[in-house]
Amino acid sequence: MALLEVRGLRKSFGNIEVLQGIDFSMERGEVIAVIGSSGSGKTTLLRCLNSLEIPTEGNITVGGETVFDGDVPKRSEKELRDRRLKFGLVFQSFNLFPQYSVIENITLAMKLRAKEQNYYGMTKHESFEKINARAEELLARVGLTDKRDAYPGTLSGGQQQRVAIARALALDPEILCFDEPTSALDPELTGEVLRVIKSLKDKDSTMIVVTHEMDFARHVADRIIYMADGVIEEEGSPEDVFGAPKSDKLKAFLAKAEETI
Amino acid sequence: MNASVVYKSMLEAFGLNCEIFIFTLLFALPLGLIICFGSTSSFKPLRAAVRTFVWIIRGTPLMLQIIIIFYGPGLFWGGRLLPRIPAAILAFVINYACYFSEIYRGGIESIPVGQYEAGQVLGMTRSQIFFKVILKQVIKRITAPMGNEFMTLIKDTALANIIANLEIIMQAKQYAAKGLTWPLFATAIFFLAFCGILTLLFGWLEKKLNYYRG
Repeated sequence: MALLEVRGLRKSFGNIEVLQGIDFSMERGEVIAVIGSSGSGKTTLLRCLNSLEIPTEGNITVGGETVFDGDVPKRSEKELRDRRLKFGLVFQSFNLFPQYSVIENITLAMKLRAKEQNYYGMTKHESFEKINARAEELLARVGLTDKRDAYPGTLSGGQQQRVAIARALALDPEILCFDEPTSALDPELTGEVLRVIKSLKDKDSTMIVVTHEMDFARHVADRIIYMADGVIEEEGSPEDVFGAPKSDKLKAFLAKAEETI
Repeated sequence: MNASVVYKSMLEAFGLNCEIFIFTLLFALPLGLIICFGSTSSFKPLRAAVRTFVWIIRGTPLMLQIIIIFYGPGLFWGGRLLPRIPAAILAFVINYACYFSEIYRGGIESIPVGQYEAGQVLGMTRSQIFFKVILKQVIKRITAPMGNEFMTLIKDTALANIIANLEIIMQAKQYAAKGLTWPLFATAIFFLAFCGILTLLFGWLEKKLNYYRG
């Protein structure tokens, strides 16, 4: 069974319908790259999955469990939080907490959660030790162990984004979403971030990556979704989408992308 | 008259200025935050009511507010008057809370929405996001304007003498009435010293909060 099912997802802002019926599903361990021009609804799709926007219609299930159902209008904050935790989101602009060190950025949400759950039956000290150990492990995974106690303001953009990835992984989301993770970075810094994302694929993470990096999409994604004007215009394997595009819009988009190189 | 006697009595009177200063901050700092929540509430009637209240308080002289709080109840309802010092403190608290609320609002609105969203996607509650993520950044951003307000406050405390509170200016004026004018000028020393200490304190605080950028 598919891990994520999205059916008939629509989202309007005022009179503008940004998502006009999105249907797709994905398997555990799959990596999907979402491409398309600005304004095609890619970011809104991610924001809907992460409950930062409430869709107008449609439904979303994760592992068979309904995460969003257009028929239920109002949800409690607790429900909203539980649903958000199924997804992780890495933002284009990192959004690290500037007043906390790198390690604190990663542990903050875990510690707040542990406190709410009465430290999972452990003592506070034990549970925080565990959380710290987990954070160190994540930090090692993104290659920033030496920046443990640095503050975000002293890091390069690429390093900040790697911390943001570790922070998003901390709560073990089922599906990790990336919203143009390298668009705010200098060209020489995109590589380190893309390498980290690629390394997550090798660990069987399920990921949706909205990106303008066509090479990355081609080589890392299992499947490409091309969005245009609020719908999925075309989807398929990287070979099909890049090698044999069917729709005129996709052909034009790829030609434009080629041009800029 | 012996100068040291004069200085001693002025120092005692300045104690009242300090008392008003401290109690005003103690109550107005948290009250300002509550007013700020009201004036940014998404519930329109509340927001309108709070903003109107802030407009009235910021739009009328503090001296007048002190007079109204002290004499008002007796004049309009024949009720009991508040004692002089609490009446003055109450007026200061209300007045400064309104100014503080606007400083908080500016600070809170200057925090990028991405900070809230980052907290949300990490499953934090609204209050966790506010207290753990936003507030500390707000404090850093409002330190300088707050320092300004603190300085204005200590000097404004002299207004309390309008309802016969014996603070330092009033004390000095009593000497002047007896023909001794220099104490009136000497009051400046007290305010200058107080503000000097405040400047150092805020300088230290800003430095301490400067451990991170952003």
